[in-house]
Amino acid sequence: MTEKGIGAAVLRREDRRFVTGKGQYVDDLNRAGQAHACFVRSAQAHAEIRKVDVSRAKSAPGVITVLTGEDVAADKLGSLPCGWGITNKDGTAMAEPGWPVLAQGRVRYVGEAIAMVIATTRQGARDAAELVEVDTSPLPVVVQATDAGKKGAPQLHEAAANNQCFDWEIGDRAATDAAIKASAKVVSLDIVNQRLVPNAMEPRAALAEFDTNSGLLTLHCACQAPHAMRLLLGAFVLNQAEHKFRVVAPDVGGGFGSKIPPYAEYAALCWAARRLGQPVKWTSSRSEAFLTDAHGRDHVTRAELGLDKDGRFTALRVSTVANLGAYLSAFGPLIPTYLYATLFAGQYTTPAIHAEVRAMFTNTTPVDAYRGAGRPEATYMLERLVETAARELGMDPAELRRRNFVAADAFPYQTPVALLYDSGDYAGALDKALELADVKGFAKRRAEAAKRGMARGIGYSTPIEATGAAPSAIAGQLGARAGLYESAEVRFNPTGSVTVFSGSHSHGQGHATTFAQIVASTLGVPYENVEVVEGDTARTQFGMGTYGSRSTSVGGSAIVKACDKIIAKGKKIAAHLLEASEGDIEFENGNFTVSGTDRTKNIAEIAFAAYVPHNYPLETLEPGLNEQAFFDPANFNFPYGAYICEVEVDPETGFTRIERFTAIDDVGNVINPLIVHGQVQGGVAQGIGQAMFEQGVYDESGQLLTGSLMDYCLPRADDVPSIDSGLTVTPCPFNPLGVKGCGEMGTIGSTPAVINAILDALKDYGVSDIQMPATPLRVWQAIRNGSAPQAAE
Amino acid sequence: MYPFNYHQPKSAEEAAHILAANPEAKILAGGQTLLPTMKQRLAGPSDLVDLGAVGDLAGISEKGGTLRIGAMTPHAEVAKSPVVAKAIPALAALAGGIGDPHVRSVGTIGGSVANNDPAADYPAACIALGATIHTTNRDIAADDFFTGLFQTALADDEIITAISFPAAKKAAYTKFRNPASRYAIVGVFVAQAAGGVRVAVTGAGENGVFRVGEMETALDKNFSADAVAGIAVPADGLNSDIHANAEYRAHLITVMAKRAVAAAG
Amino acid sequence: MSATVEINFTLNGRKRQLTIDAGLSALNLLRDKLDMTGTKYACGEGECGACTILVDGLSVNSCLMYAADFDGRDIVTIEGLRSDKGFDPMQDAFVEHGAIQCGFCMPGMIMQARHLADTNKDLTYDGLKRGLEGNVCRCTGYKKVFDAVADVIGIAK
Repeated sequence: MTEKGIGAAVLRREDRRFVTGKGQYVDDLNRAGQAHACFVRSAQAHAEIRKVDVSRAKSAPGVITVLTGEDVAADKLGSLPCGWGITNKDGTAMAEPGWPVLAQGRVRYVGEAIAMVIATTRQGARDAAELVEVDTSPLPVVVQATDAGKKGAPQLHEAAANNQCFDWEIGDRAATDAAIKASAKVVSLDIVNQRLVPNAMEPRAALAEFDTNSGLLTLHCACQAPHAMRLLLGAFVLNQAEHKFRVVAPDVGGGFGSKIPPYAEYAALCWAARRLGQPVKWTSSRSEAFLTDAHGRDHVTRAELGLDKDGRFTALRVSTVANLGAYLSAFGPLIPTYLYATLFAGQYTTPAIHAEVRAMFTNTTPVDAYRGAGRPEATYMLERLVETAARELGMDPAELRRRNFVAADAFPYQTPVALLYDSGDYAGALDKALELADVKGFAKRRAEAAKRGMARGIGYSTPIEATGAAPSAIAGQLGARAGLYESAEVRFNPTGSVTVFSGSHSHGQGHATTFAQIVASTLGVPYENVEVVEGDTARTQFGMGTYGSRSTSVGGSAIVKACDKIIAKGKKIAAHLLEASEGDIEFENGNFTVSGTDRTKNIAEIAFAAYVPHNYPLETLEPGLNEQAFFDPANFNFPYGAYICEVEVDPETGFTRIERFTAIDDVGNVINPLIVHGQVQGGVAQGIGQAMFEQGVYDESGQLLTGSLMDYCLPRADDVPSIDSGLTVTPCPFNPLGVKGCGEMGTIGSTPAVINAILDALKDYGVSDIQMPATPLRVWQAIRNGSAPQAAE
Repeated sequence: MYPFNYHQPKSAEEAAHILAANPEAKILAGGQTLLPTMKQRLAGPSDLVDLGAVGDLAGISEKGGTLRIGAMTPHAEVAKSPVVAKAIPALAALAGGIGDPHVRSVGTIGGSVANNDPAADYPAACIALGATIHTTNRDIAADDFFTGLFQTALADDEIITAISFPAAKKAAYTKFRNPASRYAIVGVFVAQAAGGVRVAVTGAGENGVFRVGEMETALDKNFSADAVAGIAVPADGLNSDIHANAEYRAHLITVMAKRAVAAAG
Repeated sequence: MSATVEINFTLNGRKRQLTIDAGLSALNLLRDKLDMTGTKYACGEGECGACTILVDGLSVNSCLMYAADFDGRDIVTIEGLRSDKGFDPMQDAFVEHGAIQCGFCMPGMIMQARHLADTNKDLTYDGLKRGLEGNVCRCTGYKKVFDAVADVIGIAK
């Protein structure tokens, strides 16, 4: 019955609609009489707005209205909210300047919305937007976080002295300083974790409708967390109560974190639809996406790792300056703090760790979660340090790691930076990777490459990740302004089919398939009889959405919890029908059986009895078979892995090609291996993107130089190797499925493996460091500036 | 996109007349450069003259050792043409490496040459092979055709009808691609013909395609990769951007020239 | 000369005659005028391939083509892709190999894959990768896409 249950490589049921072009993304939706919005955006990174003249635009053909920051203020729209507060070292709260829906008197980054033109056609709105006259006086600009705190730097916000949002720390500074001092060897690195532009293939889009009779506001938008969107926009910006506000996230074309925040455009469209009583639609252009989708990463870090004479890590000291962009995006402050520095132990037993992070405002696009969000930055820093240490000590990088791994019998393991690791066999994953990657044959491959004039290198990374952030009580103490549970409802229909409502949201993750597999296994119903509903606040009770690799471990566990309630109620009904005591009823494979007998009722029969309660214990039990559950895990879960990358560098040109890539991941129990491998492979490609191709670059005046796909390099089909992925299984003890997150591991683990491989290839050229992305230009420069004689050619 | 008047002439002469009558008109060939520009509202021609219906502008023929390619021939046609592969295989290879498959389906040789993008591939082939650009008014030697960044010798009402390439004894094109745009960071076309060796460089020069005389002289004496390995092109006058600075481009010119010579055999 | 133009073309096997704005892109004709939303807008500048359609058998970015140039052509979109047995084998292969995640780039990717299969009988694995370079996917890392297309074309890794 459960051949399509947990663990089976079931083909995704949602895919037929995607391969036939029948997916329904927001831009595919249209409403009769809809108007179109176009935003007038700042071309300057920092300027005082003297006047916004909309008179010409308002009289242009087809224009319905033009709204500006003055209208936002007059209608008392709230500021775009931030979902996480950080406490400074000195115990004070972080600086929290507001972020208006449309600019109020000043613009602080290129692309910031100044006005919104609404017209009967998209073309008309765009034409009229060019007629809005914005009179500004330019202000000095700062784009680098490391410049923002300098004396005399341009100041962005009155509420943020010296452009600082917070100055935060974690760990034991005194113990770390002492341990570094006492170390036999200290390895240090200066790292720039460059700014990335997420570039989900579907541009952000929204369609807002307002029913003037009922007062119901409906927003269809490309987002990862529709309930959170409703809560944040409704309560903080629009003053629209939840029972009169529906948010729907239909098919969504990729998110990677960039579709979490409650964006200004979404608020503006809701506001406009409510004012006009008319549907209003907007779809971002790719240029707008580059300027206004929340960016990722952008850290500058100094990191030091102490080792004793045997190569055991003694201490890690890290100082980071993080760029938050011009405003506080929803989870901007969380990324470079609790999603970053808490990962600094990695897979290792480093006893003393201290990190400090200063977060700065600059005249750039706001920064928020991008695949991995903080954890790639942490892992990159740590895995670069480990490999650098191995190189400087002349040790095998695998052996150095093994010497420092948390042992398989040491779990649960408490790190010095707050986290309690759940389970793992780190050496086991590394061994498997070494074998799959044929590391033994590398020397031969290197020699063969050298004959062709190519420099071949190998690089490792043994990443760990904290996914399924929890529990809510702890998160609240650390500054979270929302819970971190997930909700589910499992509803039997009278004739035995099941509808599952989840607060998660799939934008590529395949929940329609995996969640049905979970229900099929747990309840013993045919997979085909289970339907999964997500992404609509009118259909699911509540939910926190999908990000941080949380859906299966938190959302899936909520489903299991609801299933358990179904089984518990089913036992009561079965006891009545089978005339046995409840304690004697056993449930297995969809059947309720009186223990030790062959008297049994199928769960479909139980469901029918519950909905047609002719023979039913009505005096003690309500009819129906429909249960809700909220699951708030007791802890994070900690997927981990071992990644090995082999590259060949053309030393004449710097051109680098990844020849082999091996990814071993342990994500606990696996619901659907086909989907897990796909998640890992896609994650690896994004991590390769950061290592070799992608960079968001601003010039000194705050213009984004990489504002299109002509200049921002996304990994393409011929850039990415055929990725060999494999799994080990160490179940997580903190959720009923024993699963760990799998959505971000590839991105977290691959980036340092690629750079370590490039540096290994270049070691004979006297190159010991390179910044990301390692473009051909940078590789060539590194070779040219390396200490080795050019004779290596 | 700004509104415009659309023309679909049936002959090149008719197209030229429309251009003459509408100074703000633009030619639409394959549109792979013009459309993005117009969509971003960086160009707003009053009139668009679509050459798609002009039947006699496409096609490939060879006569007496000269290859003639109609202006509206898409890159994909040049890439897979047995006639081109036989006469000048390096040209077929060049066409097969332009942009990506979608661009090659629609983008045309005439459009590419008329646009003279400093990172486009065809100008290097035109210069190195000593091509002749045929227009509605006259024939122009490639050497006189490319006059600067996005600038050509074409008059406002003059339309490219075809390009003739004399076959070379040996020829090859080697390109180092911009990883994002897939245009040339540096592309070097080397051709050895009766009149001597020509080395044309695209992607690198501030004013577009240019020749490297020192390499030509060296290769005239000794057509081998070693002959150019030691010749460095000065970085002055070369482009610098986030993908490649002038020094890197200068270095790549030598490397790509070396490899092109080796590939030409 | 005109601001509108009449076009006659074949769309997914059906003859069509339309009068359209000369400035209308092929993509906007499909999505906005014909309500065929399977072809996607993702960059609008010919850099990503999400809007790939087949024009006389060649793969084209429909965002970089004027609808006016449909005149006299045979157009196939994702909605028209099928075989005698139902789904096109390429569609089946993408599902069977788990090659899809968010799905947004997939109509374009599959049209390009169909074009490669139709026009390159002796494609190598590397040639396949080059053949897909104009179609950006942000989710999958391409591996399962390669496997699906290789399976249909019948090439070994």
